[in-house]
Amino acid sequence: MKAFVVTGYGLNCEEETAAAYRRAGAEALIVHAEDLFSGARPLSAAAIVHITGGFSFGDNLGSGRVFATRLRYDRRGGATTLAEELLAWTRGGGQLVGVCNGFQILVKAGLLPNLSGELLQEVTLAPNTPSGFVDRWVRCVAAPSPSPAFGGIPALDLPIRHGEGRLLYANDEIAAACSGLVPLRYVAGLDGRTTNPNGSTGAAAALTDPTGRVLGMMPHPEAFLDASLHPNRGAAPAVTGQPVFDNIVAAARDHA
Amino acid sequence: MSRLESSLTLVLSAAPGVADPAVTEALPRVRVALGRRAALARHRLLRAPPGIEHAELKRLAEAIADPVAERAWVLEGQIPNDLPGTFGANGRFVHVALHHGLTDDEARSADRAFGWVMGREMPAPGFSAEDLWSVEGDLSDVELALVAAALSNPNVHMVARGGLPFALPPRRAVELKGSGAVKVLPIIGLDDAALNALSSERQLGLSTVELRAIRDHFSEPAVLEARAAVGLSDPTDAELEIFAQTWSEHCKHKEFNAIIDIDDMDRGEPRQLRALFQTCVRGPTEEVVKKLNARGQDFVVTVFSDNAGVVRVTPDLHLTLKVETHNSPSALDPYGGAITGILGCNRDAVGTGKGGGRLLFNTDVLCFGLPDATGPLLPGQLHPRRVMEGVHAGVADGGNKSGVPTIGGALIFDPRFAGKPLVFCGSAALVPRFYGEEPAWQKDVQPGHRIVTAGGRVGRDGIHGATFSSHELAEGQSSGVVQIGSPFLQKRLFDFLEEAAAAGLIAAINDSGAGGLSSSVGELARESGGMRLDTAAVPLKFPGLAPWEIFVSESQERMSLAVAPDKRAALFAMAAQRDVELADIGEFTDSGRLEVHHDGAPVASLDMHFLHEGVPRLHLQAVVRPPVVAPSPAIEGALGELLLRVLAHRDVCSREAFVRAYDHEVKGKTTLKPYAGPTGGAPQDAGVIRIRHNEPRGVAVAHGIAPHYGDLDAFAMAQGVFDEAVRSLVSVGARLPGAGGGTFDAFAGCDNFCVPDSVYHPEKNPDGYEKLGKLVRMAEGMAELVRAYEIPLISGKDSMKNDLRAGGVKISAPPTLLITMVATLPDVERVVSSEWKADGDVIFVVGQTYDELGASVLCRVLGHSGGRAPVVRPEAALARYSNMAAAHAAGLLRSSHDLSDGGLLTAIAECCIGAGRGAALQAPAGWGAAEWFSESHSRFVISAAPADVNALQAIFGEDIQALGRVGDGALTVDGATLATVQGLTEAYTTSFAPFDESASAGGAE
Repeated sequence: MKAFVVTGYGLNCEEETAAAYRRAGAEALIVHAEDLFSGARPLSAAAIVHITGGFSFGDNLGSGRVFATRLRYDRRGGATTLAEELLAWTRGGGQLVGVCNGFQILVKAGLLPNLSGELLQEVTLAPNTPSGFVDRWVRCVAAPSPSPAFGGIPALDLPIRHGEGRLLYANDEIAAACSGLVPLRYVAGLDGRTTNPNGSTGAAAALTDPTGRVLGMMPHPEAFLDASLHPNRGAAPAVTGQPVFDNIVAAARDHA
Repeated sequence: MSRLESSLTLVLSAAPGVADPAVTEALPRVRVALGRRAALARHRLLRAPPGIEHAELKRLAEAIADPVAERAWVLEGQIPNDLPGTFGANGRFVHVALHHGLTDDEARSADRAFGWVMGREMPAPGFSAEDLWSVEGDLSDVELALVAAALSNPNVHMVARGGLPFALPPRRAVELKGSGAVKVLPIIGLDDAALNALSSERQLGLSTVELRAIRDHFSEPAVLEARAAVGLSDPTDAELEIFAQTWSEHCKHKEFNAIIDIDDMDRGEPRQLRALFQTCVRGPTEEVVKKLNARGQDFVVTVFSDNAGVVRVTPDLHLTLKVETHNSPSALDPYGGAITGILGCNRDAVGTGKGGGRLLFNTDVLCFGLPDATGPLLPGQLHPRRVMEGVHAGVADGGNKSGVPTIGGALIFDPRFAGKPLVFCGSAALVPRFYGEEPAWQKDVQPGHRIVTAGGRVGRDGIHGATFSSHELAEGQSSGVVQIGSPFLQKRLFDFLEEAAAAGLIAAINDSGAGGLSSSVGELARESGGMRLDTAAVPLKFPGLAPWEIFVSESQERMSLAVAPDKRAALFAMAAQRDVELADIGEFTDSGRLEVHHDGAPVASLDMHFLHEGVPRLHLQAVVRPPVVAPSPAIEGALGELLLRVLAHRDVCSREAFVRAYDHEVKGKTTLKPYAGPTGGAPQDAGVIRIRHNEPRGVAVAHGIAPHYGDLDAFAMAQGVFDEAVRSLVSVGARLPGAGGGTFDAFAGCDNFCVPDSVYHPEKNPDGYEKLGKLVRMAEGMAELVRAYEIPLISGKDSMKNDLRAGGVKISAPPTLLITMVATLPDVERVVSSEWKADGDVIFVVGQTYDELGASVLCRVLGHSGGRAPVVRPEAALARYSNMAAAHAAGLLRSSHDLSDGGLLTAIAECCIGAGRGAALQAPAGWGAAEWFSESHSRFVISAAPADVNALQAIFGEDIQALGRVGDGALTVDGATLATVQGLTEAYTTSFAPFDESASAGGAE
């Protein structure tokens, strides 16, 4: 089973994300975004497409914005956009994952939460409050949702590394419709001082679509693949970020 | 420049309730400028070129404006009186746009978005991205000017300001009049005065002696004859620029290669030194490498001959290491200077051998003036706080947006850094040892290979960077040197180069940085023995650049490649798939000449031997004075109070808030982060990163820097700095190659000297002899430890003119040495961190404490200048480091922290703060504040399980001393509470305003 780990154009977490999928038993291929747009790597070959974190197009015009614009508008000399293709592919059972910048891209391309079934942006990831990029470990708790990613993981320490992670809904209706689609929430920083590191509505750290096949999250599970990566050397919690990938691969395998 | 007639603008601004980070950042600066709070809003403007329809811009707005977080308008002409988010009649505007020709990354992204949305190419010259700030209040012209200064930098921006009605200044296209003309500059027969006039008119920065050498060269009959054959006689503008650049201090390191006559008052006799570089840097390293190789410790691959030093770290991988400074550009444009500094250093790490390396980590060591300084600024000087904020943002963006973890650094403050900050950017990359059969670390430039440039286009930015950095900063300095980097473009370029190198398509690579093509292609041409290049084939940002400008421009994000003719087609095909622009601009030859033409017309034809070897050697004078040794200061005050003051001091307190703006764990391999521990607030001695995800091997990196000691004893300072880097690595678990015992880790260092102008001049630099004397003693101190510790220096850089002269005042940086050191580690899981681990563990100090309070933090806190600077005792240190390795190997250390700024008690407090656990100490007999705060080198504070105490004592013998136990919520000495852990933490984390995110900013200028 193949997992496409998408990189290029300033995305930059491909190495560790590929390592995570390999440990989960998938065949991880690091795929340059250009090869997805050109069709050199057809989506039909993948069970999982994971858009990694990073700074696509330098965060110009807002994080994920330029990449999302290409997904939604570039017809690549043909009839369909890559966003349309991805939407059809997830409806066929593909697991689409975006972490950090990948999450921002999915949201801005209208692929997540995709309540309307159309490629329309319904939520956003706005600049953090307090303002600015921050690399900080946070304690998260899972909540029931259609996403399979956090099964068996009640709580999890992960780093956040972003300046735009504040989940905002376009309106109350959308917020209400998303109430069961938040699979992960921030509880506290390791320092015990901050409870919501970016001002996200309801301290949401992740969002899934109603099918559970599209997942976006701001914290980086691929940055915590083993205990040595936790800041508290010698006393790291037993649960790492690896089970998130194990769960996604298992879900993809169930479908295939 | 011609006016662009379109008046269409797409306006984007944050929706109500959504923060604009640029506003949040600017508010404190505006508050300081005005002396009161003022509401502020920012509108981002995308100004369209002619040929764009109103409806198209509306459609683009729908595509790129965030429907939740932003509002968008399409404007025509002046700003409407009721533009939402502005303050109407009760407000003013400040319009800020980049100077023409600077990289406008956001606009280029908008151009791409336009293409996808509209299905047609954005017409040239594309969008311009600008800012329209609105400030609340009926501001006077003077007040508005102050606000405008707080929102812009004259070196980078064009600014317009006013109230309603506010018309945006017309957008202009860059159109230069140069258009390919080559100018001949007659110098044959000129006298000294005329030569100097020419040099200063063209900003060549060449000395009289150098100008004479060039004149005499061009006057030689053989040279005249060779040049007549290509239609040249007197030098062209391009040729003189090439000399200026190649012979600049930045490129030729003339002071490090000078003959120095030393009046050594310490030894009491005069002596002569022939080239500091060979005597104190390369020579000792070569001796050490020979020794290491003889012992089979043959991990050193390349020293001082390429853009970065190279060591072997696994059987199939090399590590490249480079540390660069970018001081002058950061003084003028802190953000742009820092970001181009880090991106440039990245190019060095990747541009070694055949290239294709993958960046492993970045480091940053920054020296600033006092950020809370008050008092007037010199003309053209930015407030140190402004410099610090800009550099910080530049370093963060440079690393974060490139996907490179920043895993180490330091922050130093001294009023003498207010003229020029020191911005040290370090990078390491991993490179395969071989591409197929080809050794990846060797450049292989053959005659007939194509000269290919890759990456960014050439503009006028960065012209004269190499010559400029070799000058002191003067009032009204030309701002053509300021540049803005694009990590996005460079990341794309590096991803491509990695693929291309792995496919064997690149024969050699060089970074296009200082000196531009002249330097990057010129250096590669030394391998083949010549080059021929057409400046008309170089892709330009805008037309009309003169050939000499194309050849020396330092436009960023470019690499020069040597490509075998049969690999050219494959390379270009791959680049097209990766959205990277290449251009074939000429070929390498073996003619012995650097030949440049422009569409067939001769631009330069120079003898390469003279160009590279003909620079006259400097002959300088230095005075070495004995170290300053004053009586130790009398210390008054309770120990607890002193400790809290030391912890709160700007040179000690936590940098966590500053450091967390850097991504230090992208790539998921950073096992020891700059701040770690249960709360994430424990400062660590070194950054540790895995080499690969699936194996335990790793690399640790640490620094030493301590300019304050240099005021007393430059030799001891340099040794202390070297030792600090070594002991930090030893602390986390590295084993020195020379320590014996069979096992060892590969240690390699990088030296960066930053000194004030050290060439004597009766009026401009009357203490030049002493300054050069300090440089000599620093270099000699370092060389002695290279030999004693058997650690090679594999790369380095010197920056010689760290002065600002303005308004009749000169601010000179103190002589500063930074040592950056890496060590391989066999198993990153065994690395030991600094904070306590368990209550009841026994605390020891490792090493001997001397009466060495000179230039210590305690002295700075108390306002004393007395005492002696700590000195390194290499023999004892080596034995101790060997014992530390044994203790690590036996798994006896629960925690380990090296002692540096603030001494033992400060380090113990950091272990408490980091762990959230106290310590109950018993003072050794006779100890007072002097011992607790002495900064003697080569020491550690460790903790161990009670059961392991005997084993530890068996290893260290008399060299360790038990101090007490971990536990409880307070730090006590002999039963008296110095402070609770909470109290220590507060002093350490909240005392220094510049690190408090909500604090007010200084820096009106």
